[in-house]
Amino acid sequence: MTSAHIGTQSPSTLNGPDFLGHESLRKGQLARLKAIAKLAWDKVEPYRARMQNASVTPDDIQSLDDIARLPFTVKTDLRDSYPFGLLAAPMSEVVRLHASSGTTGKPIVVAYTAEDMQVWTSTMVRAFHACGCHRGDVVQNAYGYGLFTGGLGFHYGAEALGATVIPVSGGNTDRQIMLMKDFGPTVVCSTPSYFVHIIERAGELGVDLRTLPLRVGLFGAEPWSNAMRRHMEKGAGIKAYDMYGLSEIAGPGIGAECCCQEGLHIFEDCYYPEIIDPATGDVLPAGQEGELVLTTLRKAAMPMIRYRTRDITSFVCEPCECGRTIRRIRRIGRRTDDMLIIRGVNVFPSQIESALLAIEGTLPHYELVLTRQGGLDRMEIRVEVTAKDFGDEIKALESLRSRISAGVAATVGIHAQVSLVEPHSIQRSTGKAKRVIDNRNV
Amino acid sequence: MKIHQISVFMENRPGQLSHPCRALADAGINILTLSLADTQQFGIMRLIVDNWQRGMDVLAGKGYLAKATEVAAIEVANEPGGLARILEIIESCEMNIEYMYAFPCARGDKALLIFRFDDPDRAISALTGKGAQLVREQDLPTR
Repeated sequence: MTSAHIGTQSPSTLNGPDFLGHESLRKGQLARLKAIAKLAWDKVEPYRARMQNASVTPDDIQSLDDIARLPFTVKTDLRDSYPFGLLAAPMSEVVRLHASSGTTGKPIVVAYTAEDMQVWTSTMVRAFHACGCHRGDVVQNAYGYGLFTGGLGFHYGAEALGATVIPVSGGNTDRQIMLMKDFGPTVVCSTPSYFVHIIERAGELGVDLRTLPLRVGLFGAEPWSNAMRRHMEKGAGIKAYDMYGLSEIAGPGIGAECCCQEGLHIFEDCYYPEIIDPATGDVLPAGQEGELVLTTLRKAAMPMIRYRTRDITSFVCEPCECGRTIRRIRRIGRRTDDMLIIRGVNVFPSQIESALLAIEGTLPHYELVLTRQGGLDRMEIRVEVTAKDFGDEIKALESLRSRISAGVAATVGIHAQVSLVEPHSIQRSTGKAKRVIDNRNV
Repeated sequence: MKIHQISVFMENRPGQLSHPCRALADAGINILTLSLADTQQFGIMRLIVDNWQRGMDVLAGKGYLAKATEVAAIEVANEPGGLARILEIIESCEMNIEYMYAFPCARGDKALLIFRFDDPDRAISALTGKGAQLVREQDLPTR
């Protein structure tokens, strides 16, 4: 079974699960939840052990609410079972292995059977459709190909969509721009920080992206703000859509914005979402903000039961005007592990980004450098000066520095040193931007 | 009558001063005079060179943040009171001086000063009207 098979289905068939009536949707979810609990119990020793500890068996799952009886799965559980301790299928049935970009310790392994690949690919097609893409689009895929799920996830999805796929992968920015000019893609897929870099480089090369056929961008793999979205849409003449995914669950295609762009629809017939209080683990009432927890309802190779994503969001309770009945979550602005604690104050890099972008004349190239001096935490915000800021006078730059400092203090409540740095002195990302350099634990 | 000055942004770290100057030197561009404005964290180097357009190209090509600014060059008598007199004239025209600096070598009995006014056209016409000696870009001393 290949992506070509999916591609022969009509969009209305493929997208059908997005528009299921609530009763059908919940009935299907419960049936699958029971099946996945049984699969985990029968085939995956670590899950059975945890369920036994929690005094719950698959038979105890009689309603969707009973999911709360199942124990959580956390990132360290995947690390501890590296490489294949959580497989529910024999390796002979696993057709694909991926590993996530682990920043600490060993990578996280994900496995897929042929059917898992079908499910993953079909959610990607649903995501493409939700973002206004269709058969006949030309898709430039600038997500990294390889063990990272982004590259191949978008690739298979774009092929199954019926698009013409340019598998350029990440990096080599000049070539990306040349392809945009010469191959005329209508859709681009990349990390948001890398696309910002592409816009900047295109400007240097004298290429106006707004005059190209590029119409839509699908961006994800890292948090990005609405201000950044506007910057990208203006700079490239595209509509920029947010995509949500994580390798531990499948990769990209867990959720996607629709044309309404008021939250991301979670493909919940495949990935059951819950919002919990990260401190207590209690499921929160709909609309309240908390940590997103996901359970795979259709994965055979490596089921994930109540995986704590560390992403902070809430459900959007109102029905969406697009007609999709699958629930929406708010755009992920921050994660529990992006959070910094500086002199006892919780600071999210996204808050600093909003403060920076609100101040006139600041490009989104910045980094935060944290140090500890004399036992006290210090935050330095290094911001690149742009041609627009620089007008020959010291006082203009000093004024910019103090406005940034004041803006940040007003937003996050702590005082940071602001350093204006030369253009291109902050490392560009071709994948996820590393905005925080924390030197405090040396 | 306006002179083109190149301003370069530089972070306050080692090598920042020498590298742009070396870039200009390698391109055969001569610096006629310069001034360095500094804060604790960054500085602005202001240069009058013998070919400002090429100077801008060279610096921009090397990735420096450089801007061309219009300044006025005024010749005064190289004697006590030479500077005070021109400053009094400028004040009488009610014009604001953003910054100023001098050419290093006096030419006999003349000294050459660079002034940055926020409205260079208005300043030049007012000062010329009051008898000040404005020097054209092509007449700047190159040696």
